[in-house]
Amino acid sequence: MPEKKQDTYQEFIKGLWRDNPVFVQVLGMCPMLAVTNSAVNALVMGGATFFVLVASSFFVSSLKNWIPKQVRISTYIIIIATFVTVTDFTLQALMPVVHKELGAFIPLIVANCMILGRQEAFASRNSVRLAVVDALGMASGFLFALFSLGAVREILGEGALFGFKLFSDDFEPWVIMILPPGGFITLGLLLLLFNWLKERKDRLVAQLDEMEIEPRFRS
Amino acid sequence: MQYKDPRLLVQPSPLLKQQMTTHQTMRDLLFALLPVTFAGIWLFGFSALLVILASILGAVATEWLFSPAEQRAARLVDGSGVLTGLLLGLTLPPALPLWMAFLGGVVSVGIGKLIWGGLGQNLFNPALVGRAFLLATFPNAMTTWSTQASGEGFFQWYPSNFALPFMQPHYDAVSTATPLGLMKFEQQSTALPDLVLGNTAGCIGETSGLLLLAGGVFLVLRRDIDWRIPAGVLLSAAIFSGVLYAIDTSHYPDPLFTLFSGGLLLAAFYMATDPVTSPLTPRGAWIFAVGIGLLVVLIRIFGGFPEGVMYAILLMNAATPLIDRYTQPRVFGKE
Amino acid sequence: MKPQTQQTVNATEPGSMRLVATLGFAGLLSGLIIVSVFEATLPTITAYKARILQEAVFKVLPGSTRLQRLAYRKDKLAVVEEVGKEEEFVFGGYNSEGALVGYAIPGSGPGFQDIISLLYGYLPRQRKVVGMEILESRETPGLGDKIYKDAAFVANFDALSIDPEIVAVKRGSKSAPNEVDAITGATISSKAVVRIINQANQQWLQRLQIQQGE
Repeated sequence: MPEKKQDTYQEFIKGLWRDNPVFVQVLGMCPMLAVTNSAVNALVMGGATFFVLVASSFFVSSLKNWIPKQVRISTYIIIIATFVTVTDFTLQALMPVVHKELGAFIPLIVANCMILGRQEAFASRNSVRLAVVDALGMASGFLFALFSLGAVREILGEGALFGFKLFSDDFEPWVIMILPPGGFITLGLLLLLFNWLKERKDRLVAQLDEMEIEPRFRS
Repeated sequence: MQYKDPRLLVQPSPLLKQQMTTHQTMRDLLFALLPVTFAGIWLFGFSALLVILASILGAVATEWLFSPAEQRAARLVDGSGVLTGLLLGLTLPPALPLWMAFLGGVVSVGIGKLIWGGLGQNLFNPALVGRAFLLATFPNAMTTWSTQASGEGFFQWYPSNFALPFMQPHYDAVSTATPLGLMKFEQQSTALPDLVLGNTAGCIGETSGLLLLAGGVFLVLRRDIDWRIPAGVLLSAAIFSGVLYAIDTSHYPDPLFTLFSGGLLLAAFYMATDPVTSPLTPRGAWIFAVGIGLLVVLIRIFGGFPEGVMYAILLMNAATPLIDRYTQPRVFGKE
Repeated sequence: MKPQTQQTVNATEPGSMRLVATLGFAGLLSGLIIVSVFEATLPTITAYKARILQEAVFKVLPGSTRLQRLAYRKDKLAVVEEVGKEEEFVFGGYNSEGALVGYAIPGSGPGFQDIISLLYGYLPRQRKVVGMEILESRETPGLGDKIYKDAAFVANFDALSIDPEIVAVKRGSKSAPNEVDAITGATISSKAVVRIINQANQQWLQRLQIQQGE
């Protein structure tokens, strides 16, 4: 399969939107629900996952010919765990306040099935370039999902975004939004929104098909 | 449904139709709740009416907005949205900001009912879903109880009702404790006549025990609700709290207090009996009802909250599919 | 997927030595990276932790500018650099002239959700608590977290008599110097804070008193 510009773009955009790891594949729910009680936490978590995923994909893809398939999962886990630990220490040194908030969930990135899934399903079978593009796409999609959830929960739960007050002091916080049930409810509603958008688009495409018009962007 | 050719009408059984329809049951329930609603408005003043209207408006607007265009008219007419809104409104404190009551109505119908596929598909009682959401979201506003207006203050409303959307309510200092709160935190009982007639603080529709009982009996006689459920809930709650009362009269409330305080009567007759979220078989109905009764007393006496009716019903709602499964009548002739 | 690649991999079945070597090499490399990152970040992390602790001590002991760790060894307090794992210790806070201001006593215990750990300042001469800082807690946001977000509650501990034992009372009904106004809606968390301080007091007051006597 020759690699064209189109392919690169497709691999990137699929993770961001069409196959979004959270909204479409429903992967990585543990950090998704646990640390999205504020936009900052969500962004840092998303950033940490971003780094781990891109770095792991790069290494797995470059080393794929040297890794015997019998021990591939263990090797992937070692690679992922290395980057997770590096991230853990770096965050602890650079952003100690946020690190304290995220607590146990940084080491738990290693158990994020989205990361291992990308190695097994994509990085180990594709060229380094495509693997990195795919990881960038998926990680951005994850970051985007975490951020949307974190932003909604912080705005409603604290009346603020990134700690800046959006309303007057009289704002009545929605306590449930900072608690776990708020995470579930918001995630459910976002999934609803995504499925609705997708359905609407599918219907549109079907209509275009009926009218025998070739849509320019059909994905 | 419209048939194209009325000469040939093929339909599955049951072919003999009962007079009872969803529409009619809903109307009966609304009628049965009217006295309680008026009593609530009389006791807590004009504000109570506004809170109820806001919650009904939220429920009906959500029903309308998220229904397919061709079903909108039918769904509004079947009255279930209005009933959900009314039931929710009756379980809210009278001084609640109207925007919160509206939001409660939206959540009740949106998350409590429509997400599951509409009327008849939901697992949990929609009104209680809305109330649970409000209690978890606005714990302070939902547990600030105002003293009664009782006639003379009928046209004086609580300023907190008119808090702007998303803004905090400001209460004037006349908040008080409910009979259950008094019992839990101060070990102080309330006289039975007050509980029966409704001269206590509490949610809009939970205080007047007598009217709730009357409306409930009306529904049972009209066969709109399964008599086993209120009977089971009230009996088991009374017996359980009676046993505790017999063990230690100074610590535990007497059974009559248990029955007439809080939202037990309202919930036993109007919420636990929701045919969608309660078991189908008579045996299942008994298990369901006794479960609620026991949980209510358990949460009230040993839990962190003064009132446990809402969580008791939601928990048993969750158990309903399981109960239905185990109490399924055996097919005749099979082991 | 490319079936061709699959076949080539299948054709060369690697021996177990190769597998062990791969894993061993990966582990070795990973260990190397982790150790070097750990070494690189350690100074920043320790410095930060020390700074946070110092700030907390200075906050609960107004007037102090220098602190020392005091461990309880052989029935008396001793100044130590490093505190052993099982050792009980307090912080002594000193003012700019080098005189002892008071002690900052750490305490921890179960709250509503998880362990709450805190630090409070104590003046042995006046027998008073003069400040309290929550170091770690996972109390319910919006309710229990008021034990450190609600300035009025924290101010309860700015001048608190410890004789007799501290008690938490319903908000607004504080009438004696040993009473703390609890937070409405978070009674359990408020009581937990009071209980933790009382427990630590029981453990330490006697020892600190002896120290004063000498």
